[in-house]
Amino acid sequence: MMIDRETRKRLIVAVASRVIANAEELTDLDRAIGDGDHGTNMRRGFEAVLAAADELSDKGFGESLKGVGTMLVMKVGGASGPLYGTLFLSLGKSLADDVTHEQVADAFAAAVDAVKARGKSEAGQKTMLDVFLPVLEVVREGGNGMAARLRATARLAAENTIPMKAIRGRASFLGERSIGHMDPGARSCELIVDAVADVMEGCA
Amino acid sequence: MNDNVGIVIVSHSADVARGTAMMVEQMVGREVPLGWCGGDPDGGLGTNVEAIMAAIDKAWSDKGVAILVDLGGAETNSEMAIEMLPEARRSRVVVCNAPVVEGAVMAATEAASGATLDAVRRTAEELTPA
Repeated sequence: MMIDRETRKRLIVAVASRVIANAEELTDLDRAIGDGDHGTNMRRGFEAVLAAADELSDKGFGESLKGVGTMLVMKVGGASGPLYGTLFLSLGKSLADDVTHEQVADAFAAAVDAVKARGKSEAGQKTMLDVFLPVLEVVREGGNGMAARLRATARLAAENTIPMKAIRGRASFLGERSIGHMDPGARSCELIVDAVADVMEGCA
Repeated sequence: MNDNVGIVIVSHSADVARGTAMMVEQMVGREVPLGWCGGDPDGGLGTNVEAIMAAIDKAWSDKGVAILVDLGGAETNSEMAIEMLPEARRSRVVVCNAPVVEGAVMAATEAASGATLDAVRRTAEELTPA
């Protein structure tokens, strides 16, 4: 498939707008089990991305993804900056304008591995990985109706972090008390996956 | 150019970073190149890759730079900052697994004696229970 300039811009605008629109909710979730800055941090990063949507989409798909990654690294300010930054930088390294389904799946797998290494984390520790890993399975399967399956999988995966006990990040200081709250990083991943699914379905 | 390993202090709070740097300067003196930063890009509590890169630059020594961090995001952002350095510098910067205030003072004391980057890191990390 061809990721042309228009598609690149729709992806960037959809993802950034979705994160910005839900920043309050992310901060509320983070206030329960973290330090209450996830929404503010993500909004700062994605506002910079949104403001640069035109120039970012002027570049090829790989370069535009790297540009998003660099901006998040520089602007977000919390641990989520390097984590999401690493995801986009890694995707940008291996994706060109004309990509096959297999290339996207491989690039996403490599990017999720890079996030794992950056956060020194694994599945089941109440982090964004608990959304990215099940989503990766859906990307690998591919096939018809993938956008709807991505959306449903991300939603369920974020909800599945509620009974988990945090092992990594600030929430791990709470130990057992982190149980019963959705992980804010998992929720922001869900928002991003949902926005990408919108673009895939052409309704963004 | 300084002959001693440089020390960088990264805290979520600019006040903590500055205060720790002042303790290092008073206890160890100025023969150790020192950089520090704290706060997110808007000046709130947090850490900031750009500021960490600038602090590394300020504390730069060809013998290397040891970074002391407070909480998780400071570590993740410091590791990211190291990766974004020019390749020739990357292998000469380490994040120490040590408490930020005590670690900075101990690391700077070791650095002031002309110790290697490895020795500076080891001294700081002796403060961390195995």
